[in-house]
Amino acid sequence: MLLWALVALPLAVGTLLVVVGRPADRYAPGVAVGTAVAAFGLAVVVAFEHPRAEAPLFEGLPAGLAVDGLSGLMVVTVTAVIAAVLLFSVADIGPDEARARFFGLMLLFGGAMLTTVTATTLPVLLMAWEVMGATSWALIGYWWRDPERGDAANTAFLTTRAADLGLYLAAGAALASGQADSLALDDLAATTGSWSALITAGVIAAALGKSAQLPFSFWLSRAMQGPSPVSALLHSATMVVAGAYLLLRLEPLLAQSGWGGHVVAWTGAVTAVVLGLVAVAQTDLKQLLAASTCAQIGFMVLAAGAGAVTGGTLQLIAHAAAKSLAFLVAGAWLTALGTKALPALRGAARRHRTAGITFSVAALTLAGVPPFALWSAKDVLLAGALEDSTALYVVGLAGAVISAVYSIKALWFVWQPDPASAVRGGPLPYAARLPLVTLAVACFALTVTSFPPVRDAVGRVLGDAQPHPHAWEFVLSGALAVAVAAVVWVRGPQILSLSGRITAPASQWLHLETAARTLLVRPVMRLADALAAFDDRVLDRAVEGSARGSVRLALWTNARVERLVDGAVEGVAGGTRALGRWARRPQTGQLHQYLAQAVAAFTVLAVVLVLVR
Amino acid sequence: MLTAIVLLPTVMAALLLCVPRSAPRPLFLTAWVATATAELVLTVIVWAGYRADGGMQYETRARWIPSAGISYHVGVDGLSLPLVAVTCVLFLACALYAWRATRRVREFAALFLFLQTTCLGLFVALDLILFFVFFDLSIVAMYFIIAGWGHKDAAGSALKFFLYTFIGSLALLLGFIGLYLAADPHTFDIVELTRADPLAGRSTYGALVLLAIAVGLAVKTPTVPFHTWLPPAHTDAPAAGSAILAGVLLKMGTYGFLRIAMPVLPDAWRDYALVFVVIGVVSVLYGALVALAQTDFKRLVAYTSVNHMGYIILAIGAAGAVGADQEEARRLAVTGSVFQMVSHGLLTGALFLLSGVLYERGRTYEMSAYSGVAGRAPVFAALTGVAAFASLGLPGFSGFIAEFQILTGSLGPEPVATGLAVLGILLTAGLFLRALQQVFLGPLRLPVAAPGADRPFADIRVHEGLAIVPLLTLGVVLGIAPRFVLDIIEPASRTLLELLAR
Repeated sequence: MLLWALVALPLAVGTLLVVVGRPADRYAPGVAVGTAVAAFGLAVVVAFEHPRAEAPLFEGLPAGLAVDGLSGLMVVTVTAVIAAVLLFSVADIGPDEARARFFGLMLLFGGAMLTTVTATTLPVLLMAWEVMGATSWALIGYWWRDPERGDAANTAFLTTRAADLGLYLAAGAALASGQADSLALDDLAATTGSWSALITAGVIAAALGKSAQLPFSFWLSRAMQGPSPVSALLHSATMVVAGAYLLLRLEPLLAQSGWGGHVVAWTGAVTAVVLGLVAVAQTDLKQLLAASTCAQIGFMVLAAGAGAVTGGTLQLIAHAAAKSLAFLVAGAWLTALGTKALPALRGAARRHRTAGITFSVAALTLAGVPPFALWSAKDVLLAGALEDSTALYVVGLAGAVISAVYSIKALWFVWQPDPASAVRGGPLPYAARLPLVTLAVACFALTVTSFPPVRDAVGRVLGDAQPHPHAWEFVLSGALAVAVAAVVWVRGPQILSLSGRITAPASQWLHLETAARTLLVRPVMRLADALAAFDDRVLDRAVEGSARGSVRLALWTNARVERLVDGAVEGVAGGTRALGRWARRPQTGQLHQYLAQAVAAFTVLAVVLVLVR
Repeated sequence: MLTAIVLLPTVMAALLLCVPRSAPRPLFLTAWVATATAELVLTVIVWAGYRADGGMQYETRARWIPSAGISYHVGVDGLSLPLVAVTCVLFLACALYAWRATRRVREFAALFLFLQTTCLGLFVALDLILFFVFFDLSIVAMYFIIAGWGHKDAAGSALKFFLYTFIGSLALLLGFIGLYLAADPHTFDIVELTRADPLAGRSTYGALVLLAIAVGLAVKTPTVPFHTWLPPAHTDAPAAGSAILAGVLLKMGTYGFLRIAMPVLPDAWRDYALVFVVIGVVSVLYGALVALAQTDFKRLVAYTSVNHMGYIILAIGAAGAVGADQEEARRLAVTGSVFQMVSHGLLTGALFLLSGVLYERGRTYEMSAYSGVAGRAPVFAALTGVAAFASLGLPGFSGFIAEFQILTGSLGPEPVATGLAVLGILLTAGLFLRALQQVFLGPLRLPVAAPGADRPFADIRVHEGLAIVPLLTLGVVLGIAPRFVLDIIEPASRTLLELLAR
């Protein structure tokens, strides 16, 4: 019951707000924040109670929701971030905007994420998963008058849906295998054979697409066109982490397949490094943060592949706090200063003290600098990678170092003294300050979760027994992060200036979107045009042609056959008439002629008789 | 009871035609709406009295032409009851939508009422000749609706529609006669034919009969390559006519497969199931790709119908793969295909009514003539957005429930074909998003008004809303709580698969 309430509350209130629309604008922020807080309360309760719920959906395929250890942590994280982001949005989305639509969609978006993380069967998961995609479309395109944003929304939805096809195939394969009849997520790992391989591949594709891992990363860059609170929510506790969550949830399936784990782990590791480099090359704060999201999610994906579920979960929670905080501050600056270009943001941190300090906390957390939460969480997950293979550990560590570079780069710009705008801005509204401070505290406080005894408790809750990191791993990664951070801070981002030829692909997100457009979208459009032309010019014309042919056949029949038949009839008639004329000739009415005819006839008859006999 | 449901609209139509044309317009419209409402109420009563696992119910059988084995035999089961219900809903929606109609209202209402009789009659018919008669009468009624109230090249499109589907119906009749001759004793009764399985073990005869029936039904469905009558008929038909054409008439084809071809010809169906799978996949992908290339909103929606009907053909083809040992999956596919008929009826009906709204305001379906309409008509934009997302199979709407069952159920028996068909849901997403973006988002731009006419783009009016909103609401209800319909369909699809496995 509580569980249904948890998912139904945001979904129902969100739908209501969206349906009512503009008339509800005045009340929307209050209602939405209240709903989010209530959902947070419910989430805390269910996280302890671990309820299960089931309802019939399809024949033999029930809809199931349940909260276990992983889901419990997820629902609390998701609702907490939603509450923080919505509270901030009260200040950020002004009263003249369509607030009911915004807050309603945000609640729907969050409700879909809550359903995703509590789903126990594939159909429900897929439903929530796709609804999340569709609401993200509506949120990214929130300012719909701008065609650019509409494009971005379409790109995001179509890219993630392309990956979602994997889940459709996985569902079909699970049913076909006969070993996971009710499509319960827990049963998927029990499948064998080629169906199992299809399930694994489908799940991996869907998760990588949602999490914007390589090669799907580009949609996240475009998704930045949405309002800042949307980015804050989409990048931290919903949408992109849904993919990571799914992989963490289905880690037994990956492990069982024999190859899935490696594919996932290496995709995550490579994304962490490559998208980290992309982040370094960005000159726009929101783009930098977006690329960093891909990279940070890469660690969670790596963790799922390497079987380090505890580490991946800790990373997920800590990242949710840090990234939502970073985006909220970036949004506040965007609203206040009208820019998100890094060079133009010089001195931004000095202007608003709260924003500056909290942003620094977020950046240092992302950088992996001790004592902030991502430093230690990353080591917990990398411990799992180290046991898997040293190469994976080294690549992961490289990714961590790169995260220090891009985070400090952003930090360096916003703390640069800028004499042109030394004026202090007014204080941020209270609704904006409260979530920022809370999240900043969380970035710091969550560190304890990576150390015993809390870490052991988390492991117990998750039912996970991954290897623990050694002390030297914490020291090594912390020292590396601090050292790299110090170098970048002291020397400034100039040390990063390389020749344009190297950085151009990175700053353009590796041209992934262009590649997708040239290799996939354009050929499909061309094929569509060709088929449409075929439809009109060949198929339809063939039908029209056969109709016209029938008419022509009729005309021809009329002209030729009809004349022939009619001619024959006329001919017969004419012949008969001629015969009649001939037959009339002998009828002269004169007796002697008749006698002569009779004599002639009888003579002929006699001759014939004689000859025949 | 069923006879009353079937005949009531025609009786009403006859009464309306007795009223002089000069009578006030609201009289005809009120009578029409009242009849459609009564029909819906009667259907709800039938639904309430229907036992989910009781097989054929509300049966009536009367002698008609006993010397030829023809009888008046009607009844409903889990395959037909949902379609009867959706037919009544759609006709009521069209009656409401036409509330402000001004052109020859008496005849318009009478034709729609007569059309409703033919549609309902077809779905409850249990005799092949009765089925055929309703099949042909529906074509006749629709011909007059398109030709009389259409726009642009309505006469040409109507003629094409009529001749094409009429030729299809002749093939159908040929097949029916083949079945009649094969049965011993000769009969046209569907229930008896199903029980007798007259062509068991006669593979050539069975194949020829299936060919004739399948061609006839494929034209009506329509599947590629027999679909080219559909786009012009839709584009030039009045909005309510399009809604009925797509929402109800297309279902006659797929319903025919489920009611006649599969249970009466199980041997032939199993042998040639792969043909239907291939036709289904081609229709899915071809329909979606051609729709993607359209610039005309109504043609786009028309081609998505080809796509959506393709899923049904795929599912019933996959259901014929009896040897594949995928009992549960095939049952899911058949249930999904029936659900898809219901869902497509509601959603495409709504989309065609919405495209009628667009045309009524802007006098063109050309999408490039519009931009940013959401600013001028937010409710209209929201409704179209909802309908488009529902049609592209978004969860939470009925389309997803149907397509998920079809795809999940078909993958096991036919993995390659279904793997390809899944791409269809991505293509439909792409084409609907492009259309939405072109027409509704961006800066405001409206078509140049006709000379001398200032045409402000008004938002949805009350009667339009009353017609469209319930369709979409039902789409949502079926998408979130589909059990009450699935409970009716599932026993029927189980029976169908048992018949198919004989």
